[in-house]
Amino acid sequence: MDSNQAKQHNLLGSEAASERTLYPYVTGSSVVAIKYKDGILMAADMGGSYGSTLRYKSVERVKPIGKHSILGASGEISDFQEILRSLDELILYDNMWDDGNSLGPKEVHSYLTRMMYNRRNKFNPLWNSLILGGVKNGQKYLGMVSMIGVNFEDNHVATGFGNHLARPILRDEWHENLSFEDGVKLLEKCMRVLLYRDRSAVNKLQIAKITEEGVTISQPYALKTFWGFAAFENPTVGAEGSW
Amino acid sequence: MDLIKADLNAPHSMGTTIIGVTYNGGVVLGADSRTSTGVYVANRASDKITQLTDNVYVCRSGSAADSQIVSDYVRYFLHQHTIQLGQPATVKVAANLVRLIAYSNKNMLQTGLIVGGWDKYEGGKIYGIPLGGTIIEQPFAIGGSGSSYLYGFFDQAWKEGMTKDEAEQLVVKAVSLAIARDGASGGVVRTVIINSEGVTRNFYPGDKLPLWHEELEPQNSLLDILNSTIPEPMHI
Repeated sequence: MDSNQAKQHNLLGSEAASERTLYPYVTGSSVVAIKYKDGILMAADMGGSYGSTLRYKSVERVKPIGKHSILGASGEISDFQEILRSLDELILYDNMWDDGNSLGPKEVHSYLTRMMYNRRNKFNPLWNSLILGGVKNGQKYLGMVSMIGVNFEDNHVATGFGNHLARPILRDEWHENLSFEDGVKLLEKCMRVLLYRDRSAVNKLQIAKITEEGVTISQPYALKTFWGFAAFENPTVGAEGSW
Repeated sequence: MDLIKADLNAPHSMGTTIIGVTYNGGVVLGADSRTSTGVYVANRASDKITQLTDNVYVCRSGSAADSQIVSDYVRYFLHQHTIQLGQPATVKVAANLVRLIAYSNKNMLQTGLIVGGWDKYEGGKIYGIPLGGTIIEQPFAIGGSGSSYLYGFFDQAWKEGMTKDEAEQLVVKAVSLAIARDGASGGVVRTVIINSEGVTRNFYPGDKLPLWHEELEPQNSLLDILNSTIPEPMHI
């Protein structure tokens, strides 16, 4: 019987080999996003870590998707790049209908959720946490999908360490109808804390804005940090050997 | 929410030092020449800079078998692509083909690659493709186990807009520094320069490389030292 030998030998991965959960190699750190008066603001640093080495420092982790959304990702960068290819195809086919409709953030979020959850069910996840934000017809939308397919929408979301460090700040200080300036300051406060306290953070970030008018992704920039506490200068006075 | 296993499962180091650097006019690729099986040096003069097309080369690191088979497949596809396109393939296309194979087979492959070349549309370009199949365009790229010792060096020594000779000297110096400290790197330094004029291969034998800290000038024999006219104290 030849059915036992019906293995497919193709270059694009062997389907016969058991695909199991892998581990990530080049990873992006947190992404933080909030709703504000005119739309969504999303911030991510440009780091791609390789284990504990901060290997790549110019990785763009926030990208526009179609006319109405932006996608930010943390986790394995190669999987994020593959997701971008899939979404590119999705948007292309949507445009080819040429019917005046275009996929909005809700739809893209739903598509991503299905993609992530189905991969999780096959024990072969895309190792990313995704944040999808956008505005369509005046409606703001901000959602998140994790690598196991958990998804939800909220007024403010974060991935990775951002969940622990940024969200408490946002819970306290976020309010409806933030201005652009206040929104940026709030995100920068979160990103600064992440820079202080997350080992995989890198001081080079981009903030993306999406409104009904369109998408703007800022040029890369770095944040100033503050170290001028008296306690920092001589922390072990009176307790030599401590830290 | 996030299963952060990155630190617990840090990638295995890969024997080799490979470098790719852009300069104004093209790229310089460089590599050491040591292939090891465990602690034995199986080949002390390997050529890790492999041709994909007339104008695109790839530096291979990690598993020798994996990197060779990937570059063989990519060379095969690029050859067909060039015939169909009617003109030389671009560096971007070559790099994306490498990415396709690296990403699709991420569970099985253990190879990090640096694709570099010159085409008439974008000029000199370098693409890094580490473990996992991420593709990242960079002004310069370093890879392999020896690269760990070069992050600081390049942070300090890399400058935008170098000349061809400056770029090549930087690459040779860097590979030589990595060889000095990485047991999995050694032998000779090979460089390949690719620009609009074509491809130049250079060879820097181990005994022609600069000496670093605690390294001594090689001698033919102790006897030469003892017999030299001016008695020298023995150097430790």
